[in-house]
Amino acid sequence: MKKCEAFIIGGSAGSLDVLLKVLPLINVAIKFPIVIVIHRKHGADSLLPELLSTRTKLKVKEVDEKEPLTAGTIYIAPSDYHLLIEQDRSFSLDYSEKINYSRPAIDATFQTAAEVYKDKLACLLLSGSNADGVNGLKSVKLWGGTTLIQDPTTAQVAYMPAHAQANVKIDRVLSIEDIVEFINLLP
Amino acid sequence: MELSVISDDHVEILLSDLLEKYGYDFTGYSRASLKRRIVRLYSLDRAVSFAEFRYKVNNDSLYFKRFVEQITVNVTEMFRDPVFFKTLRDVVLPKLGTYPFIRIWLAGCSTGEEAYSISIILKELNLLHKSLIYATDLNPIVLEKAAQGMFGMNSMKQYSENYILSGGLKDFSSYYTANYSLAKFDEDLKSKIIFSTHNLVSDYSFNEFQLILCRNVLIYFDRELQQKVLNLFDESLEELGYLALGTKETINFSGISDKYKRLDSEKIWRKIQ
Repeated sequence: MKKCEAFIIGGSAGSLDVLLKVLPLINVAIKFPIVIVIHRKHGADSLLPELLSTRTKLKVKEVDEKEPLTAGTIYIAPSDYHLLIEQDRSFSLDYSEKINYSRPAIDATFQTAAEVYKDKLACLLLSGSNADGVNGLKSVKLWGGTTLIQDPTTAQVAYMPAHAQANVKIDRVLSIEDIVEFINLLP
Repeated sequence: MELSVISDDHVEILLSDLLEKYGYDFTGYSRASLKRRIVRLYSLDRAVSFAEFRYKVNNDSLYFKRFVEQITVNVTEMFRDPVFFKTLRDVVLPKLGTYPFIRIWLAGCSTGEEAYSISIILKELNLLHKSLIYATDLNPIVLEKAAQGMFGMNSMKQYSENYILSGGLKDFSSYYTANYSLAKFDEDLKSKIIFSTHNLVSDYSFNEFQLILCRNVLIYFDRELQQKVLNLFDESLEELGYLALGTKETINFSGISDKYKRLDSEKIWRKIQ
């Protein structure tokens, strides 16, 4: 990858633990935004950004609609909306039907980001028990982006990354330590 | 690959067709959602080529209606965000209950679930007889569904839970009659709702209201159109009236925000000047 302009992480069951381990080790000087789309129960809104912000010096915030993506910020998808990325590199929200029984759906964020950032995008799919994210990774690949999964053998729930591995060309399979190193070394 | 059958240019072509041929202006809509809806419809209807798809939208009036219905998001629920409806029940509507007559505008009502929710609360507060709910949407097809007052039985368990969480004290099932897979809501709930087409992009203010609700509609608009629609609401709202938006929507960026004071915790603003 020549240059990373956005790094997006999708996860479901078992992914919070990974984030709690990875985020404290991310270099505060990263030159791109990190977007996190995690399946969670509707209504538990402000808790996740608060929880994650205690683990990093980077700015962590829940996305506001129409907000531009800024380097060095960690954005959390709000619960119960799909999180989309616009061509002008701002976020928009969408309350359409659930996808893969999920809202936010990882697919929706990966797919819209793929078309915007093309080969300057990296997307990572973590632990989960759902097929969400797989079609998204296909789009990322199609548009020239980098596809990453958590090593299924290290995932609390292997289904999601394993399903991606079986269906999409994955550029890198990463352990939790590898994830940290990969992100910190991105140009 | 699903996402490359319709390009960004194709989307712009379709939007200018809609504007020129039908007078529907979607150019202020956020593109990512719109494009996903168009791609979805394209594959759902197994379109053979963009040229054919475009031809149908332009020349088949029935298909045009389907197109408009499908590219706009019509997902809604009864008593969605129960805490919001609890605030309506406990704070906003009792305040408006001191007026001789209550006019409510529900903008972007889709298939009507929120209109019936509000009607139920008004009824329980003994205010329905002196209220009028104008429920509008740009899309005639969803308004027809709304006017029928029939919703899937499979949603009733969820709606009943929402209703109870929103402060409802009755047996929710007392408001409808089960008819096979559909729940038909009581006629008297509908008696004070006027369903009508209104396009927030192109239509003007048509009355003065004490409460305007427009939830999860502005998220589909760009900032410029959001500002325009908020101005329209401001023109249509009486002093001391209330404006209610969706959980992730705000008036903070807009030119009207100085005239409004937000109620604690909910996305409800009161017009104070």
